[in-house]
Amino acid sequence: MHALANPRRFLSIAVPVTTWFFWGGIALILLGCWAGLFVAPADYLQGESFRILYIHVPAAWLGMGGWSGLTAAAIAQLVWRHPLAAVAGRATAVPGAVFTAICLASGSIWGRPTWGTWWEWDGRMTSMLLLLFLYLGYIALGRSSADRAETGGVSRVTAIYALVGALNLPVIHYSVVWWNSLHQGRSITLTSSSIDSSMLWPLGLTVLGFTFWFVAIVLLRMRAILAENRIEARLRRMSRG
Amino acid sequence: MNPWPFVIAAYGLTALATVATSLWAWRGAARAEARAAQLLSRD
Repeated sequence: MHALANPRRFLSIAVPVTTWFFWGGIALILLGCWAGLFVAPADYLQGESFRILYIHVPAAWLGMGGWSGLTAAAIAQLVWRHPLAAVAGRATAVPGAVFTAICLASGSIWGRPTWGTWWEWDGRMTSMLLLLFLYLGYIALGRSSADRAETGGVSRVTAIYALVGALNLPVIHYSVVWWNSLHQGRSITLTSSSIDSSMLWPLGLTVLGFTFWFVAIVLLRMRAILAENRIEARLRRMSRG
Repeated sequence: MNPWPFVIAAYGLTALATVATSLWAWRGAARAEARAAQLLSRD
């Protein structure tokens, strides 16, 4: 990790891999969506509406994964003072918020034909909505942070906020176990799945595809922030004469 | 209840958000890197 602490070294790797992650991700997303919409059989109970699963699950995975990334970046920033960690945290926030919003919206759309309601204030949905508000708070705090002008990243206060916000992740994960919910329980664990393999493989493609795409977006944002840093540093030197 | 309008709405919304985020990130990086390269080339 410390080998990438030098922005120049980081960029020499990030620039070529961004394109591969981006287009590889898009190809997997398109293939997975096509298979999810037209190849996978309809669910015996939910019928065709279950096909929303192929975008809802990757969105939930990346909404929570994005905050896990923020937490890892915050630890690297606070403990090891890694110069790129604060930049990585700032770069992850917007795509993480976008996916959390997609998760909430697609879940709401899925809920109407399945449960007969757009929204229910149960543990899973409420904790996911809280995650979206946490992202918005992180973005606002990061933009107003004092350290941003110097490092391009977020301040230590924002990093601490990310650590506190991580307490919501186990609440989201276990909410369907701890409380009664309209939301279904866990279908996939590390060792098994209650989803039939004929319906499962397109999900693997969309989860992998959206993850690659998410990495590409974070790398693009980091490249933009590092370039803005160079511009600011250059303008400061110019203003000093 | 016909489920397809709901399926299409969910996929359409996701596609819009994905394309918009891609364009925003790509243009942001391209513009910032081009401006940085232009400024640094004056050195």
